[in-house]
Amino acid sequence: MSQTQTPANASAADRGPTAAERFINGILPENPTYRQMLGMCPTLAITNGMRSAMTMAAAVLFVLVCANAMISLIRGLLKPHLRILVFTLTIAAFVTIVDRLLAAYMYDMSKQLGPYVPLIIVNCIIISRCEVCAAKQSLPIAIADAVGQSLGFALALASIATIREILGAGTWFGLRVLPAAWPAWVIMVLPPGAFITLGLLMGSVNWFLARRQEARG
Amino acid sequence: MRNNYLVEAWLVIVLGVVFGGALAGVQATLADRIAQNKLDETRSQIPALVPGASKEASSEVEVDGVRVFRASSPEGQLGWVIPCGGQGFADRIELLVGVDLRVERITGLYVLEQKETPGLGAKIMDERLFRSQFAGKTAARSLVVTKQGAKTDREIDAITGATISSMAVCSIVNETLARVRDGLLAALPKE
Repeated sequence: MSQTQTPANASAADRGPTAAERFINGILPENPTYRQMLGMCPTLAITNGMRSAMTMAAAVLFVLVCANAMISLIRGLLKPHLRILVFTLTIAAFVTIVDRLLAAYMYDMSKQLGPYVPLIIVNCIIISRCEVCAAKQSLPIAIADAVGQSLGFALALASIATIREILGAGTWFGLRVLPAAWPAWVIMVLPPGAFITLGLLMGSVNWFLARRQEARG
Repeated sequence: MRNNYLVEAWLVIVLGVVFGGALAGVQATLADRIAQNKLDETRSQIPALVPGASKEASSEVEVDGVRVFRASSPEGQLGWVIPCGGQGFADRIELLVGVDLRVERITGLYVLEQKETPGLGAKIMDERLFRSQFAGKTAARSLVVTKQGAKTDREIDAITGATISSMAVCSIVNETLARVRDGLLAALPKE
C-alpha cells in the first residue's frame, strides 16, 4: 500500500482547492485509476461484467464517503504516528458494514464478488484520500473529494467493464447488445482480458493527454 | 512511560470499542436475513446434491444437534444434505455435503461460503475442476488428498496451488461425516 503522495496531489493540497475543484479533480484530472494508478486489484478483478463493477463502485463510494467524513470529523484528535492505524480501523469498520449489507440484500452479488468486498479495506484509493484530504480538510471538502474520487473510480470501472462484457459475452448489464451470432471472446472475461483492456485504455488516455498538451504548446 | 502508551492510544481504543459495538449492531440486525438467504440457497441446491431429490419434498431435521436435510423425492427419502463448515486457508469454509441414505457414498458437494485466495483456493467452488469429483466417493472411510491423480474411491485430486484449501474441504467432510453418521442412520425411517 503506497502512502507516498504524487506530486500533483501534494501541490494540490498546498494550493488548497475548493470542494468543487476537488470533486471535479477526482473524476478526470486526477482519476484514481487512470491518473493515480490506485486500486488496481478490483479494477482488474471484477470488471468482467457491468453489474459486479457497478456494485463494487457503489461499495467504494459508501466506504470512501463514510471514511473521509469520519476522519475529517476526528482530524483534530489524530496523532501523526497513529493516523494510519486509525484510517485502517475506520475503513475496515465501514467495509464490514458493506459486506454484511450485501450478504443480506444482494446475496448472489455478494457471492459473486466474494473476497473482493473485504479486500476494499486495502484499496489504496481510500487510504490515500484519508491521508491526502480528509485528515487535513473540513467535512464538506472531505465529502466532495470522496464523491469525486468515487465517481472517477466508477467511471474507470465502467469503461473497462463495458468493453470486457460486450466483447466477452455480447451483453451489457446482462442485456444482449451484440447479435447472438457474436463469437464471445472468452479471453475478455478472463484475467488476461482485464490486463489487455486496462493497458489499451490507459495507453489511449495518456496518448490523448499528451496530444492535448502538444496542441497547447 | 508505560502509562503514556495508553494515553497516546486512547483514540484507537475508543474507536475500536465504538466500531466493535456498531458492527455487533449491524450483525444482530442482519444475521436473520443472511441466515435465511443461506437457507434458501441450501434448499435450492438439494436436487443437485442428491440426484432425484426435490426441493419441495425435502425437509429439515435436527440430528444430534446438527441441522440436516432429508433429501427426498415425493416417493420417499433418497439421501441427506448436511451443512457443515471449518477453517480453510484464509477464512471459514461452509459446505453442503450430499450423501446417500445409508451414508455409504457421497453424492455431491457444494460450497456455500468461502473467502479463499481468488484464482487458487477459490477454485474449490469450481464444479468441473474440483467439486464434481466428490460424487461417488466413499462416505464410509475418510477422504485423502493426493497430488498423484486420484485412483481409489477415497482419493481426491488437490487443486494445483491450493493444496491447503483442498485438504481443508476434505477434512471438513471427513469430520462431519464421522460426527453425524450414527445419528443419521438412527434417524432413518424404519422399513
